[in-house]
Amino acid sequence: MDPVALIASLIVAATPLVLAATGELIAEKSGVLNLGVEGMMIIGAICGFIGAVTTGSPVFGFISGALGGALVSMTFGVLTQVFLSNQVATGLALTLFGLGLSALLGQQYTGLRPPSTDQLFPTVLSDLPVIGRIVFSHDWMVYTALLLTGAVWWFLNKSRGGLILRAVGESHVAAHALGYPVVLIRLAAIAFGGALAGLGGAYLSLVRVPQWNEGMTAGIGWIALAIVVFASWKPGRVILGAWLFGGVTILQLNLQAMGVNIPTAYLSMTPYLMTIIVLVIMSSDRNRAALNAPASLGRVFHASG
Amino acid sequence: MTFLKSLTTAAAALALSASAAFAQDDPVKVGFIYVGPIGDYGWSYQHDQGRLAVEEHFGDAVETTFIESVPEGDAERAIRQLAQSGHDLIFTTSFGYMTPTNRVAAQFPDVKFEHATGYQRNTPNVSTYSGRFYEGRVVQGTIAGRVTESNVIGYIASFPIPEVIRGINASYLAAKEVNPDVEMKVVWVYTWFDPAKEADATNALIEQGADVIMQHTDSTAPLTIAEEQGVYGFGQASDMLDFGPTARLSSIIDDWAPYYIARTQAVIDGTWESQDTWHGIDEGMTSIGSFNPALPAEIRKEALDVTIAVATGKRHAFTGPINKQDGSVWLAEGETADDLTLLGMDFYVEGIEGAVPN
Repeated sequence: MDPVALIASLIVAATPLVLAATGELIAEKSGVLNLGVEGMMIIGAICGFIGAVTTGSPVFGFISGALGGALVSMTFGVLTQVFLSNQVATGLALTLFGLGLSALLGQQYTGLRPPSTDQLFPTVLSDLPVIGRIVFSHDWMVYTALLLTGAVWWFLNKSRGGLILRAVGESHVAAHALGYPVVLIRLAAIAFGGALAGLGGAYLSLVRVPQWNEGMTAGIGWIALAIVVFASWKPGRVILGAWLFGGVTILQLNLQAMGVNIPTAYLSMTPYLMTIIVLVIMSSDRNRAALNAPASLGRVFHASG
Repeated sequence: MTFLKSLTTAAAALALSASAAFAQDDPVKVGFIYVGPIGDYGWSYQHDQGRLAVEEHFGDAVETTFIESVPEGDAERAIRQLAQSGHDLIFTTSFGYMTPTNRVAAQFPDVKFEHATGYQRNTPNVSTYSGRFYEGRVVQGTIAGRVTESNVIGYIASFPIPEVIRGINASYLAAKEVNPDVEMKVVWVYTWFDPAKEADATNALIEQGADVIMQHTDSTAPLTIAEEQGVYGFGQASDMLDFGPTARLSSIIDDWAPYYIARTQAVIDGTWESQDTWHGIDEGMTSIGSFNPALPAEIRKEALDVTIAVATGKRHAFTGPINKQDGSVWLAEGETADDLTLLGMDFYVEGIEGAVPN
C-alpha cells in the first residue's frame, strides 16, 4: 500500500475536524460548552458554498462560511449569556436549528459545483517524492487550519488575552471581580468558535465532498466535540486527535479498497472508544485541573450574584 | 401493463374526487419515516417524491407527514410518535427500521404499517415492500464491465445485509459476463448517508485503480468525486444526472409513487391487507435511468437489450452455473435463484475478493 497517499488524504480528511475542534476549544476555555458544533458547521457548509458559487471565489466562500458560523453561534451566545439559558439544551437546539436552516438556504444549490480551491505550493514542490505529496500538495485551507491552531496555542499560552480568557473559564466570579467583562469575552469566544466551525463546514462543501448536500456534516461536529475532550483542551493535541480520528476512517477505507481483510466495524468504532476511555480516565481523576478542563465549563454566570 | 395500471388508478382517482366532494370525512393521515434528509437526492429524496405524489393524487382527502434523518437505532420513538398522532398508514423506509416497526405495530393494531426492504410481518397490520434493485445492477454491471479500462470496478457498500450483498453479486456477475478479466473491490462504509465518508471511500477506490464506481449508499458524493477525478459512476436510487453529467453512465431509479398511491387507496377503501411486494423493472418500481450519450452506440444497445431481457424475465440476474466464493456449487447450469435464497443472501459469488463482514 502507498502510505504517502494515505497520509496525504488523512490530512485533508482531518482538516474540518482540526478547524471545528480548535474553535470549540476556545469557547470551552472561556467556560462555555457549546454542543451546537454540528449546527454551526452545516451553516458554514451552506454559507460557504453559496458564497463561493455566487462569486466564483473560494476565498470569499470560506469567509462567508466563517461569518455564517459566527452569526448563527450568536443566537446561542445571546440565549446563554444574556438570557442565561441552559447551555446543553441551547447547544442541542442550535444543532437542530442549523440543520433545518441550512436545508432551507440550500434548496437552490444542490447539483452545483463550487470553484476549486487552489493548491498553495507550486507543482515544483508538490512533485517532490514523498515529502511533496504529504507536505506540499494540499490546498491553502489545510495550512490555514494548522496555522490557526498554532495561533490559538500562542494566544492561550503566551498572550495576556489568553490569560484573561482562561481566567474567565476557570472562575468567572473571580474574573468578574477583577473587572473583566465576562459576558463579552464569552460572546467573543463563542463567535470565534462559530467562525471556525463554519470554516470547517465550508471545507466539507468546497473541498472534501465538493457539493452541497443536506445534512452533509453527518455527525462530524460531534466528533469535533469529542476531540476537544480527547485533547484535554490542548491545541497541539487537537491536531493529533483530528489526525487520529480522521486517520482511522481513511485507513480502514483504504485497507478495504486494497482487499486487506480487517474487521472494519471495530476499526470504525475506535475513535469513539478512545473518547470514552479518555472520558473515563478524566472523570476518575480527582485532580481535574491536571487534565486542563476549565473549572467553570458549562456554568451559568450572572453578574449580580 | 403499466399503462393499464395507470388507467385504473386514474379511474380510481376520478371516483375518489367525486366521493370526496360529497363526503366530509376526516382526511386519511399517512406518515413517512426517512433515514436520510429529503435533500439527499438519492434514497430518501425518492421516497419523498412518492409522498408528494400521494398528496398530489389525493388532494385534501389525504394528509401526509414525514420525519427525516431518523437514525436506525432510534427509530422506535419516531414511529410511535406518528402512530400516536393519529396516522392511519405509516411507511418506514429503511432496512434497520424492521424491528422497531414490528414492535410499534404490535402496540397499534388499528394503524397500518409498511416497511421498506424488510421481511418481518409479525402482525397482520404490517406489510413489506421493496424494489428488485439487483435487476438494475445487472444493467449497471454490463455497462461497467464494458467501460472499464483498468478492469477494476469499485463498489461502495453500506451495511452487510442481503440486499446490499445481492447488489454486489449481481453487478459482478453481469460485468464478468461481458468482461472475464473484471475485478471488483468492495468498501464497506457502515452508513447509508455520510457524504464525506462516501467521498473518502470513492477516493480510496480510485487510488486502488478503480475506474468505474458503483455505490449502495444514499448521497451523491461518490458520483461528484467520480466526475472530479475523471472516472465513471452511476446514479443510485435517484437519477442524479446533475451531479456527474460526464461521469454518470446510467442510474437505478426507485419509483415508489404508484405503490404509495395504491396502498393509500387501499386504506381509504378499507381493502388494505398485509402483503409482501417485491417489484422490479417490469412493474416499474425499479427503473433504469437514461444511458450516457457518450457511451458507444453498441454498449447502449446492449444495455437496453439487457434491461428488456431482465424486465421480461428472459434473463435472471442469478442464472447458473454459479459457484459461491468458497468454490461450492450454488446454482447448477440453467438454474435460477429463488426469491427466498435471494432474500437471505449472505455470501459472495465466486470471483469476488475479500470476505463479507459479519
